[in-house]
Amino acid sequence: MSEHSEALPIRSQEDVVLVRQAVRRLAAQTGMNLVDQTKIVTAASELARNTLIYGKGGTVGLEILKEDRRSGVRLTFEDHGPGIPNIQEALKDGFTSGNGLGLGLGGAKRLSSEFDIVSEVGQGTKVTIVRWNR
Amino acid sequence: MDRIPVLKMGQFLLVTIQVDMHDQLALALQDDLTAQIVRHRARGVLIDISAVDMVDSFMGRMLGNIAGMARILDAETVVVGMQPSVAITLVELGLALPGVRTALNVEKGVHLLTEAVRESSS
Repeated sequence: MSEHSEALPIRSQEDVVLVRQAVRRLAAQTGMNLVDQTKIVTAASELARNTLIYGKGGTVGLEILKEDRRSGVRLTFEDHGPGIPNIQEALKDGFTSGNGLGLGLGGAKRLSSEFDIVSEVGQGTKVTIVRWNR
Repeated sequence: MDRIPVLKMGQFLLVTIQVDMHDQLALALQDDLTAQIVRHRARGVLIDISAVDMVDSFMGRMLGNIAGMARILDAETVVVGMQPSVAITLVELGLALPGVRTALNVEKGVHLLTEAVRESSS
């Protein structure tokens, strides 16, 4: 179940920094170790930048998850941008439609315990990641 | 606009990143550093990231760009003080920072630069 939740706008580069800081706070709250904290903060930074640049802005929902034996952080990035025509292609390293390195989506996936992406051309994109506390 | 200060230290330039940088700030630093390498005829650049708690693909690319541009301008770049958690995350992200020299701290970084400059001028 989800214990704490909040939502933040992603409309500027400064917002991306604020998202990183909020994710760090939340991850630390769950007692996550420093390496895992850094992984989810880095994944959040990649995804927030995607939301800003490719999604033309959007929001991120932040939640702390609590189960019997573990806790974690779930982040949901949502935009109403142009959407991604070919998700498999977009997840490959080196794929970029902008001027980045193309490590954003694939990198964020590798840094997460769970990763889910739903995108519809012309409607937008929703990326959900979870990092469980080991 | 905000700027990251660039300090001149003999024939080297020292940058200590102490804020959580947004992308534009990282790009401005890249431009400032290349301009100052030329202005001061610097032979080396030290970038201290010991206070940085995350390096994503954008910042990683910026570090690589600085090292590449500096090399073309006849200066060496050493990134110092990377936190272990940042290093682990960078590799998992898929960024091994090719072409960027690293050292554990500023002192070792200065040593590395001094050696590199001595070698290239001998």
